[in-house]
Amino acid sequence: MDTPVTHTADHARSLQHEIGRIYESESRRVLATLIRLLGDFDLAEEALHEAFSAALKQWAIEGMPDNPRAWLVSAGRFKAIDQIRKNARFNDHISDLRSAASTDEDTHNLAQRDDLTIADDQLRLIFICCHPSLSVEAQLALTLREVCGLTTEQIARAFLTSAPTLAQRIVRAKAKIRDAKIPYEIPEQKQLPERLAAVLDVIYLLFNEGYSPAAGEHVVQTDLTREAIHLCRQLHELLPQPEVKGLLALMLLQDSRRTARTDASGDIVLLQDQDRSLWDQEQINEGLPLVTQALKSRRFGPFSVQAAIAAVHAEAERPEQTDWNQIAGLYEALARIQPSPVVSLNQAVAISMAQGPAAGLQRIETLLHQKTMQEYHLAHAARADCLKRLGHYQAAAEAFKQALNFAKQEPERRFLRARLQECHCHLKK
Amino acid sequence: MNYLALVYYDENKMSEMSQPEWDSLNRECMACVENLQQSGHYIAGNPLLPTHTATTVRVRDDKVSTMDGPFAETKEQLAGYYLLEARDLNEAIQLAGKIPPARYGSIEVRPVRALRESDNDGRNSKNPA
Repeated sequence: MDTPVTHTADHARSLQHEIGRIYESESRRVLATLIRLLGDFDLAEEALHEAFSAALKQWAIEGMPDNPRAWLVSAGRFKAIDQIRKNARFNDHISDLRSAASTDEDTHNLAQRDDLTIADDQLRLIFICCHPSLSVEAQLALTLREVCGLTTEQIARAFLTSAPTLAQRIVRAKAKIRDAKIPYEIPEQKQLPERLAAVLDVIYLLFNEGYSPAAGEHVVQTDLTREAIHLCRQLHELLPQPEVKGLLALMLLQDSRRTARTDASGDIVLLQDQDRSLWDQEQINEGLPLVTQALKSRRFGPFSVQAAIAAVHAEAERPEQTDWNQIAGLYEALARIQPSPVVSLNQAVAISMAQGPAAGLQRIETLLHQKTMQEYHLAHAARADCLKRLGHYQAAAEAFKQALNFAKQEPERRFLRARLQECHCHLKK
Repeated sequence: MNYLALVYYDENKMSEMSQPEWDSLNRECMACVENLQQSGHYIAGNPLLPTHTATTVRVRDDKVSTMDGPFAETKEQLAGYYLLEARDLNEAIQLAGKIPPARYGSIEVRPVRALRESDNDGRNSKNPA
């Protein structure tokens, strides 16, 4: 490993480049381990930065170590212990030394020992950031900051909030972790399904925040979708459970339609009208086998079923080839696992495609008796669509107007106005 | 670490319970206390009489004022407490999940802070750092 030291600008540049690459690939893992060793988020973050600046200096002289990750963990830990000792001299808080210094194991061996420990640390970090005793906003912010390594500014921009507000949210979350003593651990087997579900919810929320922000002009904000997929892929490597496969597949299959989903002016293009040659085949090819694996396990949950629905769409080369009967059946299965009026609405739409608009309309109108459905724009839009397909243009126009009353996203409103216009055209004939 | 598990439920709803149902819930609570004692997690605990028995006391300008009722009108009312010893919040949450009234109302789990001569913490909720 030790190459003769050549103090040229080229050498320094290539080392910097190499360290940058290591930061990209290793910094979150090093952080995850440092949090365990030091028992404190802020201390660990500081130690991480100290370790990387030490690496810049020392590696230039001594060359790259055999195991950069272990070197960084070790350096970070010693820097932190130094810091704690200095503080202790002033404050007399010797007890602060407990977790950092009381480990007599050699950190070098400790970090090198096995990849399993590293993987466990990464899981610990994910589970603590998505702990259900933190608010959902805090879980999202903390996960993006600590697990994905985004800056506070980047996260603030993604959630359309100010950096100070976001920083405060993260500070409070860390304070709660410390004060309420939320442990840095992988939940035990009994709690695992519930805690894993919470993690998956956070990842899907991130994805959806990127895929369809709650309000505003743009339909897709790709940064967060990419982070969510990356995070889920990482979780899948660490914990290859059926629902993790299901969620990863669902996001890949939904994201594969990203470019086809909107037209040049940013308007929504419905699934049936999308140019399927624009669908990302690479993502589809990664997603489909995951769906099969998840469903085969028989321990799958709602994400896997939704992924299976997305897979049926992905497998149809042309919209007419879509197996709507299968989709209707999958929605029925989904309604059993996770009953909700929205799922029932989707089931009704699938039935309208499989058996005709009259069958769908009947189900949608039953659903519209429920109060929650009456203010849901997509319920009115689905009813309007069935009426239009049946040729009841006057009634369809009324229903589209009702949908417009409740739709908030501008592209959705443009879409509904265009359909309303079509009804008016038919009526003029 | 010590955690206080505060038991809240809707008193009106609970008062609709039949006597045998109510008795059986109380027996369940006694069994719960016994289990917590055996596992070494129990420090103290008590059920409370309903909020119509509550009096709220304040001191302003050295004058004591007393008022009828609990300090705030809420949908669910404080009905009792358990003081627990737990390894961390995860264990405290697990223990709280075994408190029988959790099925009817809610259990708020709060870490207990130490009272010291000086350097007390936990006062500033706006800037916990």
